[in-house]
Amino acid sequence: MTRTAPDRRAWVEQIMGMPISVHVRGAGARDAATARAVESVFADLRAADAMFSTYREDSQIRRLQRGEIALADCSTAVREVWLLCGTALERTDGAFDAWAAVPGSPGTFDPTGLVKTWAVTHAAGHLRALTGLGFALGAGGDILVKTGPDQTPWQIGIEDPRDTSRVLATVPVADGGVATSGVAARGQHILDPRTGEPATEILSATVIGPSLLWADVFATAAVARGASAVDWVQGLHGTSGLLILTDGTVHRWGNAP
Amino acid sequence: MRRIIVALGTTATGLVLLFSWPTSWNRPVAAGGQATALGGAGTSQGTAATGASSNGSGSTAPVTSTVDGAVVQTPYGNVQVRLTVADGSVTAAEAIAYPDRGGTDVQISNYAIPILSQEAVQAQSAKIDMVSGATFTSRGYIQSLQDALDQANL
Repeated sequence: MTRTAPDRRAWVEQIMGMPISVHVRGAGARDAATARAVESVFADLRAADAMFSTYREDSQIRRLQRGEIALADCSTAVREVWLLCGTALERTDGAFDAWAAVPGSPGTFDPTGLVKTWAVTHAAGHLRALTGLGFALGAGGDILVKTGPDQTPWQIGIEDPRDTSRVLATVPVADGGVATSGVAARGQHILDPRTGEPATEILSATVIGPSLLWADVFATAAVARGASAVDWVQGLHGTSGLLILTDGTVHRWGNAP
Repeated sequence: MRRIIVALGTTATGLVLLFSWPTSWNRPVAAGGQATALGGAGTSQGTAATGASSNGSGSTAPVTSTVDGAVVQTPYGNVQVRLTVADGSVTAAEAIAYPDRGGTDVQISNYAIPILSQEAVQAQSAKIDMVSGATFTSRGYIQSLQDALDQANL
């Protein structure tokens, strides 16, 4: 178990109302180029927040929602996210619906559920460009990792939604994303698109896969879907994960690609 | 509980045999195999071999031979593994046939199934690098486990 720990460094900033943690591991952890790359990550995420925040009345998304601008007037980024939300709707059989995410306002486009991991995936490009370095980029509980030259996987703990001071499970991840969605402390914030009501059957869904964005979409869809997600996740090729149901049942899976 | 761990281990071993456990999905899977070190014994990636063979030239020690396993049909396609045996010990295992469903599949890693904390002793003591959860907000972050992990490395 003992190994020489590679040099390691961490940064944290609060962006989009959540902590963004960057950990790097490897020989270049203290290089100026690494610090610059991390600062670029934070800068990209702040820019995405300005564009997509539903809390900022002047964001493109709010203006789009109010009908002041059309989709064609929006930035490439907003249009890309719009298209991804359409793909997510299809890939989850309607369980992830960015047009049914605002309570009492069906049809209003709110891509908040996808923007975070979309922005993180783009921003992580600054870290991927660094050679000889592994990184873990955590954004409000969703994590993107890549190993360095030593190829030691990152050990990711999965929080217990019933006792958030406790880690329910751990999973080693070398290269990919870990996303967790759930009702938890922020309240029942995932709606079942079929009923418009908050989803309640799944306390927390964690999906691990090659893409953080799709892991997050699938985790959100699993919560929205409720107990039937136990069967549904079997069709998510190349992923593993964990579902914690309200009745205390814990379901785990690991699917071949 | 021990049985589950063993089962997981067996699965992992099988996957290593199948896919050489690519730790990066940008790396071609077969490149992880060690057959290239065997001179003539290696075949080109993904080409099915024709039964057991030895690497012929055979004049120098140690005695190395390769053994091809049976073609196994799986829901994902046919799989065949080649073992390299040197002086009676298996020194390498390489997938010589694996499910061919286009370029992307072989590049995708398999992901480990999360290990429940009460299930494996190692998990309790395992060093955790980051925490995934649905509750993370700026307010809840203070004094969270993630906060502690960050502080330890700032």
